[in-house]
Amino acid sequence: MMDKALTISNVNKDRGKIRVLSDINLSLSPGERVALLGHNGAGKSTLIKSILGLTSFQSGEILIGAAKPGSARARAATTFLPEAVSFHPALTGREQLTLFARLAGEKADVAGLLDRVGLPEAMDRRIGTYSKGMRQRLGLAQVLLGKPEVALLDEPTSGLDPISRQDLYAIIDELAAQGTAVLIASHALTEVEARTDRIAILRKGAKVADDTLSNLADQAGLPIKLRIRAAENPDALAAQTGGTRINGASVELLCSPATKMQALRQVAALGDAVVDVDVTPPRLEDLYRHYSGEAVQ
Amino acid sequence: MTRFLAIAVAEMHILRRNRWLFMATLIMVLFALALTFAGSAPTGALGVDMLTVSVASMTTLSVYLAPLLALMISFDSIAGESDRGSLALLLAYPAGRGEILLGKFTAHIAALAFAMTIGFGTAGAVAAWFGGVSVDSLIALIRLILTSILLGAVFLALGYCLSALAGGATAAAGMSAGLWLIFVVLYDLGLLGAVVLDQGGVFTQSVFPWVMVANPADAFRVWNIAASDSVALTSGMTGAAQALPMWAAPVSLLIWPVIGFVLARAAFQRVEP
Repeated sequence: MMDKALTISNVNKDRGKIRVLSDINLSLSPGERVALLGHNGAGKSTLIKSILGLTSFQSGEILIGAAKPGSARARAATTFLPEAVSFHPALTGREQLTLFARLAGEKADVAGLLDRVGLPEAMDRRIGTYSKGMRQRLGLAQVLLGKPEVALLDEPTSGLDPISRQDLYAIIDELAAQGTAVLIASHALTEVEARTDRIAILRKGAKVADDTLSNLADQAGLPIKLRIRAAENPDALAAQTGGTRINGASVELLCSPATKMQALRQVAALGDAVVDVDVTPPRLEDLYRHYSGEAVQ
Repeated sequence: MTRFLAIAVAEMHILRRNRWLFMATLIMVLFALALTFAGSAPTGALGVDMLTVSVASMTTLSVYLAPLLALMISFDSIAGESDRGSLALLLAYPAGRGEILLGKFTAHIAALAFAMTIGFGTAGAVAAWFGGVSVDSLIALIRLILTSILLGAVFLALGYCLSALAGGATAAAGMSAGLWLIFVVLYDLGLLGAVVLDQGGVFTQSVFPWVMVANPADAFRVWNIAASDSVALTSGMTGAAQALPMWAAPVSLLIWPVIGFVLARAAFQRVEP
């Protein structure tokens, strides 16, 4: 059995009278990519800060490999990308990254790393002149210093344009391929869908789900949506199929994975009355709503 | 390279780039030159060279300026990083909090030392050129520069402490102004009031000099004045300095940076980014 890169067991944390983390259990194997989802205030950032040893918790245990959070061993094994990462505006990108490399004790190819994240021409400009996306890229460059065992990325896509996001996920894959366990706290649900091995959902400080996307979908039993467009009379079509009319021309039907084909055959039998059909499997957002305790629409 | 030096190098880049180093040096040079020329009148009457008078004036100046410059540089060092949101990332790296403080301190004290040496050195050179110089006055000038750096070190460390306690850069700036006012102005006013009320009693005779020298700003003044008869003569402040043993002021001024650093380290420990 392979040792876990990160083990969180029964962690509780109170802030004043409010329990911000409640009996959290989560573990990551080397090379595993796990998405940590939750609303603002669900405890994602607090959990990450607990793993980093930046904030204390009342009970439970967190181990990075075999090291305690905040210990020299743990800090050397961890990289971190904070939410809305920021740096001293008077330093240049190269100076900032050189500082981090020296702090990490790495003989890093600073120019190569900045090139890797797409900042080659900006490396000798002050960070104060950078856009938000460029600061985020610089933040990513420091994640790539050394070969960390655990990478903690807090909202890594914030401020990035779609192409940069693709770069980001390429970098995450690269980290995972070299054996780094990657924990990604994210709101960008549709993106982590395809890019992570496992999904953990936090709700009010408690973990409400932790599994692969397909298992979570099965357990939740969320319906598949069939959207059919009527040729002329959507109300009649709705009455005929037992669905609901959602706009001037379309009707929406809900079915389970088991009855999907049956529903499709029924739609096909309607002949010319139907012009088009869309099949939408439950998406992460639906799952997320389900597990985080909101009404599924 | 060790980690605190990496932080010191980055801090030096920042001081150079945000013009702090230039402005601090300029302030020191201008004030020191102004005092040297303005204070050159009594040279003949007292029978000492111009550099001695200049050092006496600059001692008074440094009591105010060294703590002020030190606090201006240090108040932002932790609170600013915390406000900006860059502290969490820095603390996630293997550098310990003591190393981070030490790195910042190294850069800041080097910058202060540069400003002090250039400022007082220029004024001293001008005074020596125009009004003569002696071995005694040259030693007094070197003592002034070194003790000014020590005084700066005290207020750098105290500034870090406030910066860690304040929670925000604005609050840290306010607290630093308060600290400066207490140590440099109010403390002496309070002592003066006590001496007046006491009317030459036990307090004035035996307690007052010790209470005074416990304040690093006063220890700085006493050290510079007590160590040089001619500086004491020109500053007219001999009484209190003579009531104390020679070691009292140096010990106070050397211990304060250590106390300040320990306090700052303890305060920094409590900061949760």
